[in-house]
Amino acid sequence: MSATARRIDELKAEGRAALIGYLPIGFPTLAQSIEAARTLIESGADILELGIPYSDPVMDGPTIQSAVNVALDGGTRVRDVFTVIEAVAGLGAPVLVMTYFNPVLRYGVDAFARDLAAAGGAGLITPDLIPDEGAEWITAADARDLDKVFLVAPSSTPQRLALTAAASRGFVYAASTMGVTGERATVGAGAEQLVAATRAAGAARVCVGLGVSRPEQAAEVGRYADGVIVGSAFVKPLLGDGPFADRLAAMSAVAQGLAAGVRSARTGAGQTA
Amino acid sequence: MPESLQNLQGPYFGEYGGRYVPEALVAALDELDAEYRKAVADPAFAAELNELHRSYSGRPSIITEVPRFAQHAGGARIILKREDLNHTGSHKINNVLGQALLTKRLGKKRVIAETGAGQHGVATATAAALFDLECVVYMGEEDTRRQALNVARMRLLGAEVISVTAGTRTLKDAINEAMRDWVTNVDTTNYVFGTAAGPHPFPTMVRDFQRIIGVEARQQVLDLAGRLPDVVAACVGGGSNAIGIFDAFLDDAGVRLVGFEAGGDGFETGRHASSITGGMAGVLHGARSYLLQDEDGQTKDSHSISAGLDYPGVGPEHSFLADIKRAEYFPITDSEAMEALRLLCRTEGIIPAIESAHALAGAIKLGLEAQAAGRTDELILVNLSGRGDKDVGTAARWFDLVDADADLSEEGADA
Repeated sequence: MSATARRIDELKAEGRAALIGYLPIGFPTLAQSIEAARTLIESGADILELGIPYSDPVMDGPTIQSAVNVALDGGTRVRDVFTVIEAVAGLGAPVLVMTYFNPVLRYGVDAFARDLAAAGGAGLITPDLIPDEGAEWITAADARDLDKVFLVAPSSTPQRLALTAAASRGFVYAASTMGVTGERATVGAGAEQLVAATRAAGAARVCVGLGVSRPEQAAEVGRYADGVIVGSAFVKPLLGDGPFADRLAAMSAVAQGLAAGVRSARTGAGQTA
Repeated sequence: MPESLQNLQGPYFGEYGGRYVPEALVAALDELDAEYRKAVADPAFAAELNELHRSYSGRPSIITEVPRFAQHAGGARIILKREDLNHTGSHKINNVLGQALLTKRLGKKRVIAETGAGQHGVATATAAALFDLECVVYMGEEDTRRQALNVARMRLLGAEVISVTAGTRTLKDAINEAMRDWVTNVDTTNYVFGTAAGPHPFPTMVRDFQRIIGVEARQQVLDLAGRLPDVVAACVGGGSNAIGIFDAFLDDAGVRLVGFEAGGDGFETGRHASSITGGMAGVLHGARSYLLQDEDGQTKDSHSISAGLDYPGVGPEHSFLADIKRAEYFPITDSEAMEALRLLCRTEGIIPAIESAHALAGAIKLGLEAQAAGRTDELILVNLSGRGDKDVGTAARWFDLVDADADLSEEGADA
C-alpha cells in the first residue's frame, strides 16, 4: 500500500484530515529549503510536497512564482530534489514531489522514477499532466510502487473524475477553485461538492488544495476532505528579507495554526467518514 | 503514414501535440473542439467567415512577383504572397476572425490573447471591436517596449493590454499569464490563441484558419506561372503563417517546403530562437514539440530582433514535418533578415515585417543555391506574412536612419 495512503488512513482513524505542506526546493537556498522542510514537518505537516522549480509554472500564482525564481536564479537543479528527499524522508512524513512534466521528461521518466524511489520519495503530483497523456509516467510509477497524484477541477466531467480517480494512487488532488495557487479569502464553494463527486467516481482519498491559507479554512476543508493542501501560505513568510531564522519561525507559526485547524475540524462530531 | 499529409486533425502529429494542460482546462478544450467540429460542418459558418474575408480583411490577398529583388537571388523567380496587405497588416487576422466567430457560437463575451510583436494582439483587438467582445491582451513587458505603437493600437481599439513582468518578459511569459487567466475565467472567456501551437485543438484549428493562404497562393502561382513553385518559404516562430501556406502543398511531392527560424545573433552563439534546428523534443505550453531547453528541461531564453519570432517553442505539426523530412527548417540571423528587409524596400517598394524578412533572406539563399546547382528557372514562393510599419523604429536604429538625438516616437509612446 502507498505510504501516503496509509498515513491518510491513520489520520482518518484518528478523526482528522491530513495537513499536506508544499515548499519549493532550493528556496531560499538548497540548505535552507531542507531546514524549512524539516521545520514544516516538525510544525505539523503530515505529508510533505516538494516542488521542483520550473521556468514556466502556469498553475502557480505570484507567491510561488517568486520563490521558484529565487530557486532557479540560485542554480537549483532538478536532481537536487533527491538530496532534499533523502534529508527529510525519515522524519515520519511521506514525501511527494510536485513537478511540471517537462523536467521529468528531460531527466527521463523511468530514470526519474528510479531515482525518486531510491531517495525515499513517495511519488509525484503532476499539475500539467493529465492521465490521458501520462502513459509513460504511469508505467514507470507502477513498476516502482510510486504514488501518482493527478488533479481534478470543478470543471471536470463525471467521466473525467472516474478516469482520474482510476489512474491515481495515494490520493486525488481536488483543485478547490478554477485558478492558480495563492491565498484566497474563501475556499471555493464547489470544493465540498467536488470531493463528494470524486469519491462517487471511485476515489478512496481526496485532498483539497488551492487557496487554503488560514486555520479556519483548514478546519472547514478538513471537515469533508481527506487532506488539506497548503502551499503559498508557507512560502509567503519565507519570501521576506529578514533573518532566515525569523522567516522560518513565521512559517512554523502558520503551520502550527493550520495543524490546529485540521485537528479542530471534526472535534465533537465523532464521525470519521 | 497517412495517405495525405494535408489537413491532419490531431490531437497528435506523429509523437507531437496532445494536451499537456491542467485538468481545469480540459473541459474548455473539449468544448472548443466540439464547437469547432460543429462549425466546420456548418455551411453557414464558412459562408460568414468567407464574407468577412472578402468584405472586411480584403481577401484574396494578391501575389506579387519581385524581379528586382530576385536579381540578388541568383536569378530565381520570386513571388510574394501578400498577407501584409490584409486588414491589420498580417496573416493573423485570418485566424482571429475564425476564432472570434467561434467565441460567438460558444456564447462567451470575453476573449484573451497573447502577443509578441503585437500583430496577433492587434488582430484580436480588432475582431473584439467588430464583434463587441471584451478583450484582454497579455504582452511581455520587453515586447511592449519594442512594439509600443502596437500597444497604443490595441488600446485605441478598446482592448486592455496587460504588461507581463514575469520570467523573460516576452511572448512565452505572456502565454503563461494568458493560461493563468483562462484557468481562472474559463466559464466566460475564450482564449484566442495566436499560433498553430498549444494544446489540441489549437494547432489543428489555427492551421485550418490559416490554410487559406496556401490554397489561394497555389492557384495564383499556377495561374501566373503555369506550374507549381519549386520551393515555398516562410518564417517560423510558432509557425502559423508557415503551416498556413505549407498545408495546400503538402501532397505536392515536387514542392520543397522550407521554414526559416530566427537565428538571432547567430545559431552558433546560442542566442537564437531556432527551436527545431537547435532544440529538443519536450513539453511547453500544452503540447509536445521541439523547444529550446536546458539539460534540466527548463525553457531557455530565445533571442531575436523580431518579437514575433522570439519564442522558444514551435507548433507540433512543424516538429512532425521536420522529423519525416517533408519540410526543412533553417536559421536566419538578425543581420541577414535586416539586409533582406532593406533590399525589398529598395528594390520593390515594399516594407516587410522583420518576421517575414527572415523568409525573404531564406529565399535569397535558396535562389543562390539553385544557381550554384545549375538550376536557372527556380520558382520560389515566399509568404510575406506581415508588413513592416511596426518595425520602422527598429529599422531606424539598426540602419542608423535618424539623428542620434531623435525621439523615435514608438519608444516614447508607452513610456
